[in-house]
Amino acid sequence: MTLEKDILQQVAAASEEAALEAIRVATLGKKGSISEQMKLLGAMSPDERKVAGAALNVLKDKVADAIAARKGVLQEAQLEQRLASEKIDVTLPARAEPRGTVHPVSQVWEEVVQIFGDLGFAVAEGPHIEDDFHNFTALNIPQEHPARQEHDTFYFNEKPDGSRMVLRTHTSPVQIRTMLSSKPPIRIIAPGRTFRCDSDMTHTPMFNQIEGLVIDETSHMGHLKWILAEFCKSFFEVDDVKMRFRSSHFPFTEPSMEVDINCSWEGGQVKIGQGSSWLEILGSGMVHPNVIKAGGLDPAKYQGFAWGLGLDRIAMLKYGIPDLRAFFEADLRWLRHYGFKALSVPTLPGGLS
Amino acid sequence: MKFTLSWLKDYLDTTATLEQIVDGLIGVGLEVEDVSDKTKLLAPFKVAYVIEAAKHPNADKLKLCKVETDSGIIQVVCGAPNARTGMKAIIALPGAVIPSSGETLELGKIRGEESQGMLCSERELLLSEEHDGIIDVAGDWLVGTPAVKALGLDDPMIHVKVTPNRPDALGIYGIARDLAAKGLGKLKPLSATPVAGTFDSPITVSLKFEGDSKPCPLFVGRYFRGVKNGPSPAWLQRQLKAIGLRPISTLVDITNYITFAYGRPLHVFDADKVKGNICVRMARDGEEILALDGKGYSLTSAMTVIADENSAEAIAGVMGGMASSCSETTTNVFLEAAYFDPLRTAATGRKLGIVSDARYRFERGVDSAFTQTGAEIASQMIVDLCGGAPSHLVVAGEVPNTARSYTLRTTRVKTLIGVDVPLTGQKRILAALGFGVRDTADGLECSAPSWRPDIHGEADLVEEVCRIYGLNNVPAVPMERSHPIAAPVLDTLQRRMLAARRALAVRGFNEAVTWSFIPEHHAALFGGGQAELKLANPISSELSDMRPSLIPNLVAAAGRNAKRGFADLCLSEVGHAYAGDRPGDETLRAAGIRRGSAVSRNWQGDARAVDAFDAKADALAILEASGAATNSLQIVSGAPAWFHPGRSGTIQMGPQNKLAYFGEVHPRVLAAMDVKGPLVAFEVVLNAIPVAKSKTATRAALKTSDLMAVTRDYAFVVDSAVEADALIKAAKAADKALISDASVFDVFKLEDGKKSYAVEVTLQPKDKTFTDEEIDAVSQKIIAGVAKATGGTLRS
Repeated sequence: MTLEKDILQQVAAASEEAALEAIRVATLGKKGSISEQMKLLGAMSPDERKVAGAALNVLKDKVADAIAARKGVLQEAQLEQRLASEKIDVTLPARAEPRGTVHPVSQVWEEVVQIFGDLGFAVAEGPHIEDDFHNFTALNIPQEHPARQEHDTFYFNEKPDGSRMVLRTHTSPVQIRTMLSSKPPIRIIAPGRTFRCDSDMTHTPMFNQIEGLVIDETSHMGHLKWILAEFCKSFFEVDDVKMRFRSSHFPFTEPSMEVDINCSWEGGQVKIGQGSSWLEILGSGMVHPNVIKAGGLDPAKYQGFAWGLGLDRIAMLKYGIPDLRAFFEADLRWLRHYGFKALSVPTLPGGLS
Repeated sequence: MKFTLSWLKDYLDTTATLEQIVDGLIGVGLEVEDVSDKTKLLAPFKVAYVIEAAKHPNADKLKLCKVETDSGIIQVVCGAPNARTGMKAIIALPGAVIPSSGETLELGKIRGEESQGMLCSERELLLSEEHDGIIDVAGDWLVGTPAVKALGLDDPMIHVKVTPNRPDALGIYGIARDLAAKGLGKLKPLSATPVAGTFDSPITVSLKFEGDSKPCPLFVGRYFRGVKNGPSPAWLQRQLKAIGLRPISTLVDITNYITFAYGRPLHVFDADKVKGNICVRMARDGEEILALDGKGYSLTSAMTVIADENSAEAIAGVMGGMASSCSETTTNVFLEAAYFDPLRTAATGRKLGIVSDARYRFERGVDSAFTQTGAEIASQMIVDLCGGAPSHLVVAGEVPNTARSYTLRTTRVKTLIGVDVPLTGQKRILAALGFGVRDTADGLECSAPSWRPDIHGEADLVEEVCRIYGLNNVPAVPMERSHPIAAPVLDTLQRRMLAARRALAVRGFNEAVTWSFIPEHHAALFGGGQAELKLANPISSELSDMRPSLIPNLVAAAGRNAKRGFADLCLSEVGHAYAGDRPGDETLRAAGIRRGSAVSRNWQGDARAVDAFDAKADALAILEASGAATNSLQIVSGAPAWFHPGRSGTIQMGPQNKLAYFGEVHPRVLAAMDVKGPLVAFEVVLNAIPVAKSKTATRAALKTSDLMAVTRDYAFVVDSAVEADALIKAAKAADKALISDASVFDVFKLEDGKKSYAVEVTLQPKDKTFTDEEIDAVSQKIIAGVAKATGGTLRS
């Protein structure tokens, strides 16, 4: 029994795996102390062998178990030590990744498309460099109309035939292009860049508009009022918005109206749907029969309405962005502050902001 | 267009409040810009009587006044030089808020004397800039009379924005007509009894035009003998001042009064300065005139003038001439009321750069039928205010015939507006606006009044009914949905745009929206600057040419941001570039630039500057997000001239269809734009991506193998001109069935113009694992294939 005690003491004292292995070889190895004793069994009588053999097997198991257990302890201790040595400072910065943003105009583009897309409005587009017919004549803007003057419209140089291309002054030419290329019923919105010779605190020579057009046989001003009210509620995410509809004049609509929404300017920030101030947000009206005719349709049969509003402007109103000019300056500080997260895709079920 | 409430009430018999009138104006489409009502602001200020203005005992320049107010006699210290005993002034008592400073007046002590109030100047009440003395109240006002009343300021001024189709609303009478139709009172009839002339005008008028007399179809004149000109009466001056006009003399003030009251511009000539008779004719090219604004103008033969025998005396419809203008000493006067062609007047005014109340009205179209009436109303005023004897009217030409009528179908208001306005209501509205209305089998036959040049059809009649009936009374009606559940509405290009934009943001780009027009020299650097893409009237030389690419603006923006301390940045834009002026020349593009470090210095390692491969990864990612079949793209070296010739590439599908460019921006371009690198850029032409052939949502069946792929590495030595792509292609082509992938994982330069490419080839077993022989066989094919295609040899 001293052998057992001796071996187990050695096992318990082993401080590394190599020592344990040496003990294993010295005891259970081919020439190990226990193996050597096993060899002596052959010379014993059957009875002696039975007793001694059993005892040796027990010893063998005990030693093997003890070595395994000790090995487990040593490995655990070693792991603990390694883990302790591997500690990092997690407060050091993570690997830098640039954080991208989506421009407010782009974000609002998607918001508006979500709303009107739900009502079956397709998104129509047209060229920015337009001809006189689509930008003016077809929209019932006569040759002598002040809007054609150089102080409002960007012109290109005269061509040999005397014609001049223009930078479209509104998205309304898309109305004409759509009517000429498709059959009623028509429901489109036409967002895009527009250009006017204007530059001051609140005007930029380029800005974004969004046009709407409905042409069928029955749509009337009541529908127009409804769709504008529903749009404003959905876009500005308010339960109710008071709207004021004012008669106005545009060459391409008859009757025409301008639309104001109620807002408050408390604390220098505009809040839509609250307060008692009025803010003009769009122009609209029933499409002028001359425009329907220019679109290749019969005004005796077809009617409808159109509206136009500033995409930049509604972005400013909704998100409290103070200066229109900053939209186009590509100042990183502004883009990062007013831009939207890469995956903040506006949807009707998920919310528009 | 400005007017006062009292002036409006000269024509509108109404009990409506200011608020109701403002709402009514807005309702009928006359947008109210401003209402200036001084009543509230000046409520605490009243008339006081200066019983005595004595010298202040302790100050030479101050006076000690004893002032009678409606709340007793008080002592006031006053510094105004015009403070004097016996005057009436405007007093502010403690507690009053002084408009100019916004401060509340308190009892004060000035140089030892108590001051119990303040005698106010015009500036302190925000009435004018006048501050040299206190207000000297004229008139017999009782002490305690509100200042607004004593100063004639109790009359609110309303400023409306009149749309260009409504010249009739450029006269207060026309505005009153709209309000009466709206139900806010009764329009008073015009009082325009013809003035009886007593002699024939010594000046005659002729219209001298070749062909028709369209530039001036009608001229009405009258001669007044022995008038007395001078300052106009207080009531007239007050009305003109209230709307921002400067009173000049009775004769001139009368013409201004009629202009605003009835939208009827007039002119008065000093008859003694007119040589011979008057004619209306086209100006001669280069003819000179000194106009009433004191400036000389050179006229052209496209302009109409009113001339005497010597020279042009007035620019028709725009401005009178200095030579024959009326003065304080005018005794004989010739009144002109004419009708001038709107287009010609507009063109003349624009060309000469003259803005006047007359031009403003003539170019929008004044009521030609009112010409003579206007002359009669003015005649009566001249006789009443200036005395003298009027001649018989001189009339040349005739009122142009503008009579026209349109049928308003009985159902049209309902079908266009969506509201049932009873027919009687429609008739009432149209009649109140001056339309002649007659029932016919089809509906209402409506003749347009002479003052409404904007009426051209049925839709215009609907608008008239609609604006008077009130848009706010039109009920909103839901539109039918076109699909029970919304159907897709975006086209392929629009979806690409959205995908590219989001993908850019995911990759860390800050999206910008920049001008479509750029400086000429930027356009030239990026292959633009064509004549047809130059603006004829750019707003500045910085915004003169349509951009041929999105990159120049992003580069310029990078430069600006770098100067603010943002050295490392990723900027993108998704927008249009312009290759020509036809619709098909505009392409939608997604572009981005990276500047500075791709990885900035950090505790784990060094910084890494951006390079062409960053831009390449961007371009490929955007192409993939936008739906391009990335496995069929070719990447070839070289890109347009604004890229570094050796560090740029083109991504294409065949040599004819270039989808994108990427690489380092050419150092010369950066230098020309004064932007420091390193700066890499890419631009994807979203229009150029071919539309995917398969329209089905179903995916091809997934084929997978449970057998593990095997990889083998090879190192090839090739000439340094050999591109990796050629080598990879050759390796892949060696056995298309077995080789699933091949890629370069190391490159290094060798001597003698050679380089080494280390390539990993992946072999995918299909049915059973490869034997060594099979792998060897493929290896041989790869080595042979690469040797054949590139001349490369296996490195020993």
